[in-house]
Amino acid sequence: MAMGEKKGWNEFDAGSVLFSFDKNAKVDNIATTLPENRPYSQSNSYTASVADWRVEKPVFNQDYCIDCQFCWIYCPDMSIISRDQKMVGIDMDHCKGCGICVDVCPTNPKSLLMFVEQKDEKEALAEWPSKEDKKEEK
Amino acid sequence: MADKMELKSVEVWDGNMASAQALRQSQVDVVAAYPITPSTPIVENYAGFLANGYIDGEYVMVESEHAAMSGCIGASAAGGRVATATSSQGFALMVETLYQASGMRLPIVLHVVNRALAAPLNVNGDHSDMYLGRDSGWIQLDTFTPQEAYDMGLCAFKIGEDHDIRLPVMVHQDGFISSHTAQNINPLSDDDAYAFVGEFQPMNAMLDFEKPATYGTQTEEDWHFEHKARQHNDLMTKVFPKIEEVFAEFEAKTGRKYKLVEDYYMEDAEVVIVAMGTTVETAKLTARIIREQEGIKAGVIGLRVVRPFPFEKLADLLKDVKAIGAMDRSSPNGTVGMLYNEIAGVMAGTAEMNAVMTNYIYGLGGRDMTVEMLKGIFRELNENAKAGKRLGAIQRFINVRGPELSFLGK
Repeated sequence: MAMGEKKGWNEFDAGSVLFSFDKNAKVDNIATTLPENRPYSQSNSYTASVADWRVEKPVFNQDYCIDCQFCWIYCPDMSIISRDQKMVGIDMDHCKGCGICVDVCPTNPKSLLMFVEQKDEKEALAEWPSKEDKKEEK
Repeated sequence: MADKMELKSVEVWDGNMASAQALRQSQVDVVAAYPITPSTPIVENYAGFLANGYIDGEYVMVESEHAAMSGCIGASAAGGRVATATSSQGFALMVETLYQASGMRLPIVLHVVNRALAAPLNVNGDHSDMYLGRDSGWIQLDTFTPQEAYDMGLCAFKIGEDHDIRLPVMVHQDGFISSHTAQNINPLSDDDAYAFVGEFQPMNAMLDFEKPATYGTQTEEDWHFEHKARQHNDLMTKVFPKIEEVFAEFEAKTGRKYKLVEDYYMEDAEVVIVAMGTTVETAKLTARIIREQEGIKAGVIGLRVVRPFPFEKLADLLKDVKAIGAMDRSSPNGTVGMLYNEIAGVMAGTAEMNAVMTNYIYGLGGRDMTVEMLKGIFRELNENAKAGKRLGAIQRFINVRGPELSFLGK
């Protein structure tokens, strides 16, 4: 955003206090309201892309996923999207590319793998490794 | 429900007890404190009041002054009335958090019993700690007597907590000379005092779960300047009218009149001492004596509000004055004193003002400032006024042993 479009000093709440939700919005039961249905304000990072410095990204391969929810539980940035206990995908506006989801994924082969940020998703899925023979490893 | 305390119309309190009673009557929700001389009895008395059922609130014992102010910041952001007290080294340790409190616009009240800063270690009164806080974005109220420490202790909440202001407030008094000197005090009754201060009105409270709020955000070059600009704007434009409104209400209730800048014998004054703290009282007495005995048209100005700095009031009061002595009770460590600097700034910006200015450094580490010494200063100012120019150096040290110490423009 250009300088000219930014808010002036007299348009802020005193004390640089930020509110999660729009000022006049009423939230009755936040726990049962899905993130996309919450009245997040512009100053909440939910509405902003905060992932532009990611260098590696996780790619999700639905073919091997068993919906164990490990990635959803372990993700430190709530960037795994899961609905009705089914893995849906990754919130790329908030994922920082830490790789924890890949680390905790228990399937063989893994249902999540890290690729460089620029990698095309279809290409990544085409390169997916096959099942590893654990006996051979030893 | 807290018990009420029966107070007489005149109580004998020192400045610390006066401050503690003002805190008790304001029914502070949270006091987080780490006591330090000479302010210790403020929080000690307060803890006693709380233990004996006179306060509904929390007293948090912490491990340092940094933690004390941090606790106050958390409690204030959570949505309560918050206060504490400190001095000197403790104040110095709080400095980092003072800026957090003002930047987050949290109306905490801090009683500062002014004391010198080490080294060398010293427990007595000077204004080094007050000066250390002057750029911190707090409102700083100065008091000259225990009665004023009590009165400002009540006014402070009403000023800082106003939703248009939302700034923390320091109430200063001189270590020992005010804090440990018992005087007659006219307190308000508990009911009257609380009615004056009013019930705390939370704003953007973190404990309001329906409206989640984030305090302590990070802003870089794209936002930081705007937030600081807003804080400065509010200090410069909103605080003085609010203080005057609160003082007017206080006068209506008690008959005690306060102003942004207190002035004595200024109607026809030609030579003026500008001071802070208990020295204002001594200077007031000296001006009266020297007017009677020597016919010197002496006047005294005492700053009630140190920050924001009452630039325009001073311009108005000082425009016809011939000589000004700016009295700084803090080692300037390499330049002229703060008061000299500020008043020189007023003069530079005020075309009608054309006084001879000098800077007196005095009273460091609790060194006395007597009527005789102040007489000497008035006489010197009078000589300058008569000559129409400064006859000695710009800066002089008063009552320090050894050869005369003076600097600049000799």
